[in-house]
Amino acid sequence: MSPSIKIYVPRDAAALSVGANRVATALANEAKKRGQAVEIIRNGSRGMLWLEPLVEVETAKGRVAFGPVAPKDVASLFEANFLTGSAHPLNLGLTEEIPFFKNQERLTFARVGVIDPLSVDDYIAHGGFVGLKKAVTMTGAAIVQEVADSGLRGRGGAGFPTGIKWKTVLGAEADQKYIVCNADEGDSGTFADRMLMEGDPYTLIEGMAIAGVAVGATKGFIYLRSEYPHAYQTLLEAIRTARAARWLGPAIGGSSYAFDLEVRLGAGAYICGEETSLLESLEGKRAIVRAKPPLPALKGLFGKPTIVNNVMSLATIPWIMANGAKAYADFGMGRSRGTLPIQLAGNIKQGGLIEKAFGVRLREIIQTYGGGTHSGRSFRAVQVGGPLGAYFPESLLDTPMDYEAMAAKKGLLGHGGMVVFDDTVDLAQQARFAFEFCAKESCGKCTPCRIGATRGVETMDKVIAGDTSKLALIDDLCHLMTDASLCAMGGLTPVPVMSAMTHFPDDFNRAPKRMTPENLAAE
Amino acid sequence: MTVPNGQNNAEWHKKGVGLMSWDDAVASSIVNEYKHLAGATLPILHALQENFGYVDKRAVPLIADALNMSKAEIFGAITFYHDFRHEPAGQTVVKLCRAEACQSMGCESLVTHLKDAHGVEINATTPDGRLTVETVYCLGNCALGPAALINGALVGRVDEEVLDAVCKGQSHDRMAG
Ligand SMILES: Cc1cc2nc3c(=O)[nH]c(=O)nc-3n(C[C@H](O)[C@H](O)[C@H](O)COP(=O)(O)O)c2cc1C
Ligand code: SF4
Ligand code: FES
Repeated sequence: MSPSIKIYVPRDAAALSVGANRVATALANEAKKRGQAVEIIRNGSRGMLWLEPLVEVETAKGRVAFGPVAPKDVASLFEANFLTGSAHPLNLGLTEEIPFFKNQERLTFARVGVIDPLSVDDYIAHGGFVGLKKAVTMTGAAIVQEVADSGLRGRGGAGFPTGIKWKTVLGAEADQKYIVCNADEGDSGTFADRMLMEGDPYTLIEGMAIAGVAVGATKGFIYLRSEYPHAYQTLLEAIRTARAARWLGPAIGGSSYAFDLEVRLGAGAYICGEETSLLESLEGKRAIVRAKPPLPALKGLFGKPTIVNNVMSLATIPWIMANGAKAYADFGMGRSRGTLPIQLAGNIKQGGLIEKAFGVRLREIIQTYGGGTHSGRSFRAVQVGGPLGAYFPESLLDTPMDYEAMAAKKGLLGHGGMVVFDDTVDLAQQARFAFEFCAKESCGKCTPCRIGATRGVETMDKVIAGDTSKLALIDDLCHLMTDASLCAMGGLTPVPVMSAMTHFPDDFNRAPKRMTPENLAAE
Repeated sequence: MTVPNGQNNAEWHKKGVGLMSWDDAVASSIVNEYKHLAGATLPILHALQENFGYVDKRAVPLIADALNMSKAEIFGAITFYHDFRHEPAGQTVVKLCRAEACQSMGCESLVTHLKDAHGVEINATTPDGRLTVETVYCLGNCALGPAALINGALVGRVDEEVLDAVCKGQSHDRMAG
């Protein structure tokens, strides 16, 4: 029998959603039929999602990619001798030479799609646990300083400096502190947290353990949205294997530090991504937003000092500890240091995960990486930063992806999601949806958000029906919600609404169809 | 019973498929299994829904007792979260994403198709108890939309063909992951 050849078929949920399991089964069956020894490794996704299922074969020259592969292609792949990386219509060449992939700066995602996500050995062979091993030899203050020097800002949306948050928790006196990972990833158009948890879960575990060592916390929780059943399974398994290998438990990595983790599932409420709402939910209550102060850093989970950080923030810590704060801060622009995992989604030809240094322009992402719309129609709008982010037109596409530059254009970066729309989109409908979403997902604590969003839906219905005199009311409502809401749910819902009105006024000024003479005649 | 920890993917999120009808004794044993956890409410509610496909109102006093919380607090928690059903689900559960990225790929026309071609209403269970279609906002599959979770399997590029099969109770290989 010929020697065993390694084939990679992703287990990432996006790859599964277009048939990766069926492809893996077909490959195994065909190999068996032909007496060819293969080792099928279920890796994470490389993030080129339009090419999924992306099958890779390990060759002497490197990993060669084939995609998108359907089960019916499998026989012809073997026929063409694809295990040697030979020519075939689906052959994409060396994975790491595909321009979409090659031109990224992958730090946080360095291992995603490369390794077997659940193999501790593979993780270590690719530089895993180097950061933690270093951290356990340092003082808490020195670790916190390293994080501060890296310039890392929270990737959950608000961009708050991670080092400052950690310093507050480090300085708090308490018998118990907690590390909470915000894995609620509620923003539509985002999936970086999911891909990392499914593709390299030990990085998140390592990042949380380093946070624990830094501030003196022995217990962590990952609050995961229930819409991610695959990530849930991967995390449960990763925590089990990490514990067995003693990277979690009473003496992590053979050090004198203890740290352990639990995953908890959310229950379909967007507001649970807001950190205080998340803490209420973890405590088993209705997830009503808490007023701040007190800060969660001082009085967080069960009233104890708590770090709440996004998955991306925590998963970037191991890289920073292993390579140094300066190496990280060397990427980026202005006050946005390092890299941003950008998620390109919606009506886009080549969607996926693109990790780039801050400062890349929206246009480059949509055109060079994305290759235009999926429908082939012309581009009309991109919503950046989730449901609370702005809709930008073509004329704003030269805005660099940087916290301050986006804010200067009355938009936000959020969690780095970009949702592209073609010219069939109606921005008045999108503005209406922004209010509707807020009305559905509001925690209900404050009137401007709870009532304001409902009024917003009703008023937009009138605007859409042709009563443009109501636009002034929308404007007033937006000001009220911006100024008087307790949290960013109500406070930022006006961002998509106002950006849609500002940049796409035509969509808000349509005479109602029924009123035109032609339509009246037709009726 | 090992829910929600240790279940396999195929079983997860079915929440309705051939499940047992509500039984206070079984519910009590589930509550007891999880009540030691810090902040046990959500783990208990998930486990109950996993087992029965919904959370019956008879769960309220059971949980309140076990966690030493008021019935109002437990009732409040159950009603706050969109996930928890108050009545049994259909044999097949479709969670259809209707957030922005899937809107840009036409998920709303799928909602219209379900109604026009099959008389299937969204956020409801068909009268014959076979199918429940629910709205969700984002499944993290936003580059391959429209997306849906069909009996726990994530499906990308959902189209009328897939939904037609679901509505007719047929299997479709794209539903298998
Ligand atoms: C309505 C709302 C939803 C949010 N959703 C999320 C989320 O899904 N994931 C997340 O990490 N942060 C979310 N945030 C931000 C968190 O409140 C918090 O800033 C973050 O978890 C802090 O971590 P970071 O500093 O690492 O970003 C949300 C905030 C608001 C107001
Ligand atoms: S703004 Fe909305 S979500 Fe935030 S606290 Fe007020 S009611 Fe709750
Ligand atoms: S918006 Fe539909 S999967 Fe994310």
